[in-house]
Amino acid sequence: MSKQYGYLALFETAPEIYHAAISVREAGFRKWDVLTPFPVHGMDGAMGLKRSKVPVFTLIGGVIGFFTGMFIAWFMGQYDYPLIVGGKPYFSPIFPFPVAYELTILLAAFGTLGGMFITNRLPMHYHPVMNYEKFRHLTDDKFAVLIEADDELFSESETRSFLENLHPSEIALISDEEA
Amino acid sequence: MPRRPIIENDRSFSWITQKICGIVEGRTPTWWWVAFILCAMIASFTLVGLVYLVSVGTGVWGLRNPTFWGWAIVNFVFWIGIGHAGTLISAILCLLKQKWRTSINRAAEAMTIFAVVCAGIFPLFHVGRVWFAWWLFPIPNSNAIWPNFRSPLEWDVFAVSTYGTVSVLFWYMGMIPDLATIRDRVPMIFEERMRQAKTGLQKTFERFYFGFRKLFYGILAMGWRGSNRHWSNYEMAYLLLAGLSTPLVLSVHTVVSFDFAVANLPGWHTTIFPPYFVAGAIFSGFGMVLTLMLPLRAIFGLQDLITQYHIDCMCKICLATGSMVGYAYGIEFFIAWYGANPYEGFAFVNRAFGPYAWAYWIMIGCNVITPQFFWFRWARENLWLVWILSCFINLGMWFERFVITVTSLANDFLPSSWDYFSPTIVDIFTFFGTFGLFGVLFLLFIRFLPLLAFAEIKSVSRQSDVHNH
Repeated sequence: MSKQYGYLALFETAPEIYHAAISVREAGFRKWDVLTPFPVHGMDGAMGLKRSKVPVFTLIGGVIGFFTGMFIAWFMGQYDYPLIVGGKPYFSPIFPFPVAYELTILLAAFGTLGGMFITNRLPMHYHPVMNYEKFRHLTDDKFAVLIEADDELFSESETRSFLENLHPSEIALISDEEA
Repeated sequence: MPRRPIIENDRSFSWITQKICGIVEGRTPTWWWVAFILCAMIASFTLVGLVYLVSVGTGVWGLRNPTFWGWAIVNFVFWIGIGHAGTLISAILCLLKQKWRTSINRAAEAMTIFAVVCAGIFPLFHVGRVWFAWWLFPIPNSNAIWPNFRSPLEWDVFAVSTYGTVSVLFWYMGMIPDLATIRDRVPMIFEERMRQAKTGLQKTFERFYFGFRKLFYGILAMGWRGSNRHWSNYEMAYLLLAGLSTPLVLSVHTVVSFDFAVANLPGWHTTIFPPYFVAGAIFSGFGMVLTLMLPLRAIFGLQDLITQYHIDCMCKICLATGSMVGYAYGIEFFIAWYGANPYEGFAFVNRAFGPYAWAYWIMIGCNVITPQFFWFRWARENLWLVWILSCFINLGMWFERFVITVTSLANDFLPSSWDYFSPTIVDIFTFFGTFGLFGVLFLLFIRFLPLLAFAEIKSVSRQSDVHNH
């Protein structure tokens, strides 16, 4: 069974999609998206998106990394197998600093990439918009606004005429084949 | 004065996509196979050299008292330094909002990763009993002994492995949108190929090959669909990774320089080493980027995307970092005299006028004089000259590491132990082979992954501006 997913309006240029996004936001839609082949500058503001949550994951990764580095140096050098090397202390926060520094960056980087996947809910190898026959162009040279049928303001006729007023090059009904 | 355009001839989005995707989608060119087989044959030199080393011992590398570091460490520092330009372009230039980086960052990041692979081989086998190399990592072993965190060599293990890993993460994340584009084009290219296929065998081959491509790009693209809600998080993650890679790349060559600077040897024990090594690393890396990108630009006809402006920028960075390196050479000499330490003074006089003077003057010639040509526009615009000069930079930076490593070791405190270090044929073959390994990896990259970050290139093009400026 296929189910209606929403309307897609196709645009040819970056300024068009930018102004279309402003109109959709001002119309009060909530479940909608813009698909672009590259990050369009200023689009986050046009869509009214909040600041990304990815830095939280970066911070968590970095803090874990730093303390892991210090902990392993203390555990291995002072606790598990104390061994005098070069007359230096078993543990000091100074000498393992490069190790903790590198681990901070390593785990913060993993946190950042992982955070990007988590906040974007990727990998998601199937999405209804991929059923659109010109989907190929959305990662190439065209732009689209997508309004989901689940949105409270969505109505088959009114949303269509709303999108037509934005003067897209075409409007398509997207259906979810797997639903 | 109007800004120089980053993309010439005002190319459209679809032209850019077609240009870059065409490189991985077209049939494999003959030159690619020739180069690939040649590089694989060269890489076998490393393989044979390492098999021989493992069966006999590190003595086959010409390592003997007092020079136990020899070419292994020279080659390690050389390769790891080359990698630094890739991270500089992708991270530091991103933070500095240098838009021209978008045309060269992908290939430069690939260069970074493959250079780290080549670099890693040398310390790994230099430990002698390579099957114990995992003791370098803090993993419990049957001797219950842990690594010594007081040693710069151990810091290096963490620095280089972190550097390699983070470079791969950054490279991969940058590629996701481009991989999605290639994924979405697979059915179109498949149909085209099926139309061209004449025999049933060809059709079966295309079916298998494109089945593989669909899976390969499909899985790697992670279902990217260009949603702006995704781009928002993606851009933030990209910025953060750039922010993380910047202190990382500065720390990696700093830690590499600690391998030398923490030792008490004259000529090594200096505080100038970290900045001097980092400048040298970026210098050598940009030399290698020019060596690689100029032929690629000509082969694939990328003149509109990698313009004279890009080449000018890279040449100017070579000029700046090369001059910093030259300044460091001068300051080293000055401090050796001003510090009034006779051993330090001897080490430097010995470098310039001792048994390794030939290597020292090759280093000065290639690293200090070569980049000075880049002051002149005529030199930057003569691409054959730029390419030849970039090769001299690569050569000179290898000699810099040779001079630092070998002159200090071969003539240390005790004249009775002095010796003249000469590499063996195994040294030469093993190092020569790493260029083949690098070439094999880079050719595979060209063939299967997007060579230029075209999503980013589109975002800096004129028609991406939403206000029509």
